[in-house]
Amino acid sequence: MTDAVSGAAGEGGPVGVPPAEGSGRVARVVLVDDHRMFRTGVRAEIGRTETTGIDVVGEADDVESAVRVVAETRPDVVLLDVHLPGGGGVEVLRRSTAVMGEPGGVKFLALSVSDAAEDVIGVIRGGARGYVTKTITGTDLVNAIFRIADGDAVFSPRLAGFVLDAFAATDTPPVDEDLDRLTQREREVLRLIARGYAYKEIAKQLFISVKTVESHVSAVLRKLQLSNRHELTRWATARRLV
Amino acid sequence: MAAPGTEPDPSTTAPDGPPSGGAEPTPGPTAAPYRKLYRSPHSRMLGGVAHGLAVHLRLPVAWVRAAFVLLFFANGLGVLLYAAFWFVVPIGIDEPAPQGPFQRYLWVDGQFVPADTVGVMPDPLTKGERGRLARLRDLLQGAFQGEPLVAGQPPAARPGGAASRQNLGQLAALLMLVIGVMALLNVLNIQSSQPYTWPLLAIGVGVALVWRQADDSRWQRWFGLEGGGKRRSAFVRVGAGVLLVTIGIIGFLILQGAGSTVASVIEASLAVLAGVLVLTGPYALRMWQDLAAERTARIRAQERAEIAAHIHDSVLHTLTLIQRRSEDPKEVQRLARAQERELRLWLYRPEAAAEAAPDTLAERLREVVAEVEDRHGVPVELVCVGDCPMDDRIAAQMQAAREAMVNAAKYGGGGPVQVYAEVEGRTVSVFVRDHGPGFDPDTVPEDRMGVRESIIGRMKRNGGTARVRPAPDGGTEVELEMERAADD
Repeated sequence: MTDAVSGAAGEGGPVGVPPAEGSGRVARVVLVDDHRMFRTGVRAEIGRTETTGIDVVGEADDVESAVRVVAETRPDVVLLDVHLPGGGGVEVLRRSTAVMGEPGGVKFLALSVSDAAEDVIGVIRGGARGYVTKTITGTDLVNAIFRIADGDAVFSPRLAGFVLDAFAATDTPPVDEDLDRLTQREREVLRLIARGYAYKEIAKQLFISVKTVESHVSAVLRKLQLSNRHELTRWATARRLV
Repeated sequence: MAAPGTEPDPSTTAPDGPPSGGAEPTPGPTAAPYRKLYRSPHSRMLGGVAHGLAVHLRLPVAWVRAAFVLLFFANGLGVLLYAAFWFVVPIGIDEPAPQGPFQRYLWVDGQFVPADTVGVMPDPLTKGERGRLARLRDLLQGAFQGEPLVAGQPPAARPGGAASRQNLGQLAALLMLVIGVMALLNVLNIQSSQPYTWPLLAIGVGVALVWRQADDSRWQRWFGLEGGGKRRSAFVRVGAGVLLVTIGIIGFLILQGAGSTVASVIEASLAVLAGVLVLTGPYALRMWQDLAAERTARIRAQERAEIAAHIHDSVLHTLTLIQRRSEDPKEVQRLARAQERELRLWLYRPEAAAEAAPDTLAERLREVVAEVEDRHGVPVELVCVGDCPMDDRIAAQMQAAREAMVNAAKYGGGGPVQVYAEVEGRTVSVFVRDHGPGFDPDTVPEDRMGVRESIIGRMKRNGGTARVRPAPDGGTEVELEMERAADD
């Protein structure tokens, strides 16, 4: 779970509590996880609204209740476990979209103990805006939530690795599949994420603004969701994921 | 049929060979408390009756078969007996492949010898004979059970492996069998005295075919998860069987002089059949569904048992250790981390990677990361893109990477160390990054060998490059680049 070991790792921002990006504003969050202990832990870690800027407005422990709670409370961000009774996170994504119509302003951040490729890719393609593992620190999680709430994508190093892996085999592009390919820049950004750089550091390294980094990352996410075609299929087939 | 417990444990009476003295004394099976009579699913010709009996009586299977054939000429008693056995004796689905005296016997140098003692070449026949006989046997085998006679042989090794040709071959074999028996009967003058033999024979073969197909163990394959090829050939065989029976019955009717009424008889039977189908259809469907559900449940239970076993072996033991050593946080962390890594690997690693040869870059890196994590108590996050086989240069690079990780773990301020490896064409790059205070490589005194020799020097000597630089927001990053060796 949220560990006390690591220092100022990951997605930038100083260690400690203050919400670097949420100053003044509050993100409404729903926790979906079938382990009550974990929900309690996360709530204790990030739920102190006055310090973290996060207001946990609901909890759910299976697909059924998750869809209901999300539709009722309409939070900014849903922290979504990937393995859930009743069909898993992907099912929550699918049915929530069906209930609320096109996302309806609710964004999903997958939070899982699994870092298996099929889970990560599956939930991202289902429409989640980011994927972090449960070993993330409280600070990083708060930052990730605000980034998601702002419509950005959050990539963990491992997720970046998976994406690179998925697109790596297709260096010789098919003619009309521009959309599915990563640009050189996007690839560079992903590679830096995979090397453990925060968005801020990437901006510094590549002499671009953080906003540009974020738009690159969002573009990758979009391509990932759209690429129902060759690359991912082939990649997944090669690994017997489908 | 079964004779449980009537014999002493064969393992304690090893020297008691087959009673008829055909075979030399053979070692008894190691674990067989008592022998039940089963039809053998292994290396059978029809229903496995003969083989099952042979195993039970410890006789060479050829003898049993010969006995059945001989009895056949006693007014067909052999066939009746065989059918009775087939009908009553269950097939030993879970029975392991026959061992020791349960093995097939072969005629070698004037005596019967278990097939597995003969050696690698289990068939003592000469090449030419073996070729023809084996093919005939395979054809027969294929016709009746759709798989080659020798259990260990993969189906692909059969001559003419294509599915369509297989089916043709099986049908041809069946036809040949029928014609052969006909000819034999003609020669023996049975045909002329008993005009019903032809249709009866057709019915018999057809029934055998269908029965054989619907045999217990086949059901599993039939409705199992296997691909269409097998299922189609099964349907072909059943179809042929039904056709034979139909032809036989019609022939029977015609011979009885009821030729003119055949059409109306068929009509009536079809009507009855349709009625039965309508009535029993729902039940059959329900039964089928229940069967499938039960199967799924069983598979699930097995899986759960396996997971439980694993968790017991690893996780529970580790948790016990952690409870015992709760006063030593470092040790607890180490245990927890090692356990997490192992469980994660077991749960989430794709099978493909698990089966692959362990000597690849990703595999080696995982080992190194695990070792550093355990020894220095700092989490190391590994992201690996692509993979390649190891060679000498990559091995040197891995040693350098290990050094870099150790440094990062020691001086990186306790934060997680991030390792990123990428295989791009022939180039393998490894990045090791920490979030510590960082340092300037130029200020390191000459006598400190760690970075200069173990990392930079080693990479240079093996034809690669290494760079050590401060990361943008504090911390240090080591970049190792190496070309793979030319030959792979």
